[in-house]
Amino acid sequence: MRYARGDWVLAGLSATSVVLLLGTTVVLLGLIVREGAGHVSVEFLTSEPASDLTGGGIFPAIVGTVMLTMLMTITGVPVGIATGIYLAEYAPRGSRLASVVRAAVQNLAGVPSIVFGLFGLGFFVMFVGRGIDDLVYGPGDPVWGRPAVLWSSLTLAVLTLPVVIVATEEALRTVPQDLRMASMSLGATKFQTIFRIVVPQASSGILTGVILAVSRGAGEVAPIIFTGAANYLPYLPTDLRDMHMHLGYHVFALSTQSPNVDAARPALFATVLVLLALTFTLNLAAVLLRNRARAHALASA
Amino acid sequence: MSNGSAGQLEVGAAEAATKGDVPSVPPRRRARVPLGQGLRTPFSHRVGEAAIHVMAFAAVAAIALIFLFIAKEALPILFDVAAQEEIGGLSALVFPRVWPGYAEAAFVWQPVGEIPKLNVVPLFVGTLKVTVISMLIAVPLSIGAAIYVSQYASRRAREILKPAIELLASIPSVVLGFFALMILATFVQSLLGTTYRLNVIVASLGLSLAIAPLVFTISEDALSAVPKDLLHAALALGARKHQVILRVVVPAALPGIAAAVILGMGRAIGETLVVLMASGNAAVVELFDPTTSARTVTATIAAELGEVTQGDPHWRVLFLLGTLLFLVTFVLNRVGALVIDRLHKRLSGGAV
Repeated sequence: MRYARGDWVLAGLSATSVVLLLGTTVVLLGLIVREGAGHVSVEFLTSEPASDLTGGGIFPAIVGTVMLTMLMTITGVPVGIATGIYLAEYAPRGSRLASVVRAAVQNLAGVPSIVFGLFGLGFFVMFVGRGIDDLVYGPGDPVWGRPAVLWSSLTLAVLTLPVVIVATEEALRTVPQDLRMASMSLGATKFQTIFRIVVPQASSGILTGVILAVSRGAGEVAPIIFTGAANYLPYLPTDLRDMHMHLGYHVFALSTQSPNVDAARPALFATVLVLLALTFTLNLAAVLLRNRARAHALASA
Repeated sequence: MSNGSAGQLEVGAAEAATKGDVPSVPPRRRARVPLGQGLRTPFSHRVGEAAIHVMAFAAVAAIALIFLFIAKEALPILFDVAAQEEIGGLSALVFPRVWPGYAEAAFVWQPVGEIPKLNVVPLFVGTLKVTVISMLIAVPLSIGAAIYVSQYASRRAREILKPAIELLASIPSVVLGFFALMILATFVQSLLGTTYRLNVIVASLGLSLAIAPLVFTISEDALSAVPKDLLHAALALGARKHQVILRVVVPAALPGIAAAVILGMGRAIGETLVVLMASGNAAVVELFDPTTSARTVTATIAAELGEVTQGDPHWRVLFLLGTLLFLVTFVLNRVGALVIDRLHKRLSGGAV
């Protein structure tokens, strides 16, 4: 095809946009790696942070992030997968109920993360937590009714629900109908068919959703500010009622609340690098799994 | 065979079953029952299915609970006269007022002090400025990139470019805030010589990085969904490629691009960490100067809620802001989703 001048203008402008977007990403990553890589060491990863927010290690933040995402996964993922199964397998075609659920999922995905923070505080900490306190312990110091790793995990479980639901529904829909027919004609119940045949076939797609949810949960800060994250803790969380440190929250605290940002700068860049390495590894794993799932779906279709 | 004999056959089969004989051929009428439902489902399977149906409404319950429990903390301010007096009446939330020590009526957000001044206008102005400027940066860039990736890039290039740009979406917003605060702020100040290191421009640049991948993905999906027939028909009629893109493909995908912009706006209004870290957080009412600091609704909630006594008027107003934020983003998301739905119906209808 011969290109006229207008073609070059449009192609040039749109290509420039791509270059600008990707260029910024590369500069961002490059600067963080350049300044952070030198400071990442075994000692940095395994030692305590300085109590005055001027640096130190990030071990408690790593432990806190891992504990948070694990609790979030245990509580949120089963519900997300169940919803995905309902939408793909049980909801009748064109069902109004299912469209209400879908609309709720879409809207949940768009609720601002700070609103999740308000919700976590108002519902989990003040309603559920205080409710347990009132029932079990009576008046006095709050036991459950204060920020804790349990509440921040549950808040994030609600926040990441849409990611798991959408991925599960999509993955289940790629499983060929023949498999369901074959299974049921051999006498399996619908429930057996779903859990022994359909879900295993869709497992890499579902796992992709779970990994993306974990990656999202590991990086979100706004929902945990009031529900469980701490600036600095001299101990590791060992109980559901403990507060916890968090990589993302540590970045926020070091860069906005440190009395000496210059002293904190190396640790800050290194923490950002660790956080980015974590989310990118998870996302890369998700992309690879999704590609495998797609290839699999194509092969069996 | 008449209906009568079919009925007899069924009765016969039922009798055989009650006598404990091996059931004979199942009655013909049953064969029309959908697969798998003709057999009795074991109790445990029914329990499992019931659990799935219950859990499926978690998302609906979550939306309802979020709204209920935020509004529950906010609403008392609208009815509690004592609390209203403490902040100078409900009108003080919106209208300017001559506060003691002020020469003229002003919009002031200054929640800590002898008289808490809780006028939300400075926060709305902050959110408006940051949202508009970040959209002005992000929207043209992401739509441009979407046009390139969907129309000009080869299939192979597309498969690399799309995930690469979407990689930007996986960067946590605290990292974007950090990037704006530590790197962009210095760069912008040395470039423009701004008085304040942290200002609306810095926050908007950071925020545009958060919304660009979203706008890009949705626009690119819409542009790629336009049936290739339209493109080929226009090319066959002798149109140039850029004419086809601008006059055929983009108009056909326009609802999707509009939805992308709407959803991007919802994200920009609700984004917290970037503006909290990079906007400077001074509550000023100044509509047209992007070099001043700004305090947005989201950043105010994040920065102040931890310090407030529960049940204070200040606490209630922060939850009221949260309720508003929820409602505004809810409407934007609904509209965006409906527009996308319609586009898909239109395009799939057009392709048949």
